[in-house]
Amino acid sequence: MNSFVDMLSPDIFALVYLITTILFILGLKGLSSPKTALRGNYFAMLGMALAIAMTLFHPEIQSFTWIFVGVLGGALIGIPLALKIQMTAMPELVAILHSFVGLAAVLVGIGTALQGVEGPVAAGEIAIGVAIGAVTFTGSLVAFGKLKEILGSSPLIFKGQHFLNLILGILIFVGCVWFIKDSDPMVLYGITAISFVLGFLLVLPIGGADMPVIVSMLNSYSGWAASATGFTLHNYLLISTGALVGSSGAILSYIMCKAMNRSFFSVILGGFGVEAGTAVKTNAAGKGVRSAAAEDVAFLLENASKVIVIPGYGMAVAQAQHALREMFDVLHKKEVEVKFAIHPVAGRMPGHMNVLLAEAEIPYDHVFEMEEINGEFSSCDVALIIGANDVVNPDAKNDKTSPLYGMPILEAYKAKQIFVFKRSMKAGYAGVDNSLFYYENCSLVFGDAKATCDALVNALGHS
Amino acid sequence: MSETMIGVYVFILSCFVGYHVVWGVTPALHTPLMAVTNAISAIVVVGAMMVAGFGSSQFGTIEMIGFSAVLLASINIFGGFVVTNRMLSMFKKKK
Repeated sequence: MNSFVDMLSPDIFALVYLITTILFILGLKGLSSPKTALRGNYFAMLGMALAIAMTLFHPEIQSFTWIFVGVLGGALIGIPLALKIQMTAMPELVAILHSFVGLAAVLVGIGTALQGVEGPVAAGEIAIGVAIGAVTFTGSLVAFGKLKEILGSSPLIFKGQHFLNLILGILIFVGCVWFIKDSDPMVLYGITAISFVLGFLLVLPIGGADMPVIVSMLNSYSGWAASATGFTLHNYLLISTGALVGSSGAILSYIMCKAMNRSFFSVILGGFGVEAGTAVKTNAAGKGVRSAAAEDVAFLLENASKVIVIPGYGMAVAQAQHALREMFDVLHKKEVEVKFAIHPVAGRMPGHMNVLLAEAEIPYDHVFEMEEINGEFSSCDVALIIGANDVVNPDAKNDKTSPLYGMPILEAYKAKQIFVFKRSMKAGYAGVDNSLFYYENCSLVFGDAKATCDALVNALGHS
Repeated sequence: MSETMIGVYVFILSCFVGYHVVWGVTPALHTPLMAVTNAISAIVVVGAMMVAGFGSSQFGTIEMIGFSAVLLASINIFGGFVVTNRMLSMFKKKK
């Protein structure tokens, strides 16, 4: 009887791990609609619980103390962190969590190597796994530092940077070959150290504006790191889950690049935003802008039948989303149709703005993506631009000399009347002047976005 | 077919599955997508557990390395799933 169980057990593990993989896929599939998303998340949780529970029965595991302490510690740190984090700080949380996956992959690789390396293939898998994990770790730490503004968000560039990265890459490759030949742990430590430096240098030159791409890219790396660990351990669950995560991050990076009209390669090479300041076009000089007060905006809003709001990261920084929600409610009562238009790079990570609006309890069926809503601007009475700039700049469509040329934009300029809530006449992060501000149908409302929204709600209430 | 080769099969096919599933995710949920993929990439916890439970000695180097890996991965699991849950519960339709 016992021997029967022993014979069967590898297949039982494989079966349970397969179920976990399926649950993970269903979890991701659930995200195709907000209606099914929560259920999907429960599927993924169940999958993870199954995998952990099954692994506890693995014959190679002889002591449980540290496993329990580790999982318990993880829960004690992770849960409060997740409950307390502000939605505006989501990119930081995601970045630091990526770094944990990377470091965990490094530790698993080293720990496995210390147990003894079986053959050159295993050695190669360990070395690659450790290298990817290490790059993910320090890369994510730098991204975290930039997002949290511990490190300067401006790109850091020095001469020979790419050459240095190339040398480091070659060194890592040589290290891997060396490790395959004699599997000395010291070589593995060397690979780890060089990969740490490489991850650091890879993200350092990337500017704050490109952070959505980088966060997505590191998301992808953390997946590849998990996959590589799977190869190390001959665990197909890790391989397939890592591939799911890796391709997810890669797709998000692609979407972000496309939305900014930047090639992935140019993001990686870094330095965007350096030319800011010099790139500011001066043809604006002499042209005047119209400014308006909150009361003027309120008057037009009440008499409008359709309003489209374009929120940008400036809105989130000013914490104006709740005031915006009040405005939405008031207008809704007055039977004005209000829609929200989200540019793919609004916010600091993919989909960030949607989460910020959802947090302010703005119903998601009033929030639209760029492709869905761009056709509607010509039929809308008022476009309200709050804390967004480059994503509505018509130069991206019309002016071939503009640095933004080719970037898809929200076509707010087609609206009958445009109001832009702005702090000052400062250019957007790309450092480009916005010709929209000089349009006949555009007025600027200067001031803090939240204060303006509050004033607007007041004005609407009194009329 | 060697185990590594089977691994390559699983890897490539999973990339295709991932590609198709992720393109189906609505852009509005891209942030939760990232949070949840973050949580599931912590599946490396399975490997971490194998390292942490490797020997019977209590304070060996390998056990400590394994413990650190389990801890880091677990922060990810709990943090990632809870924050995803928190975000997804905020997405509501107009009543």
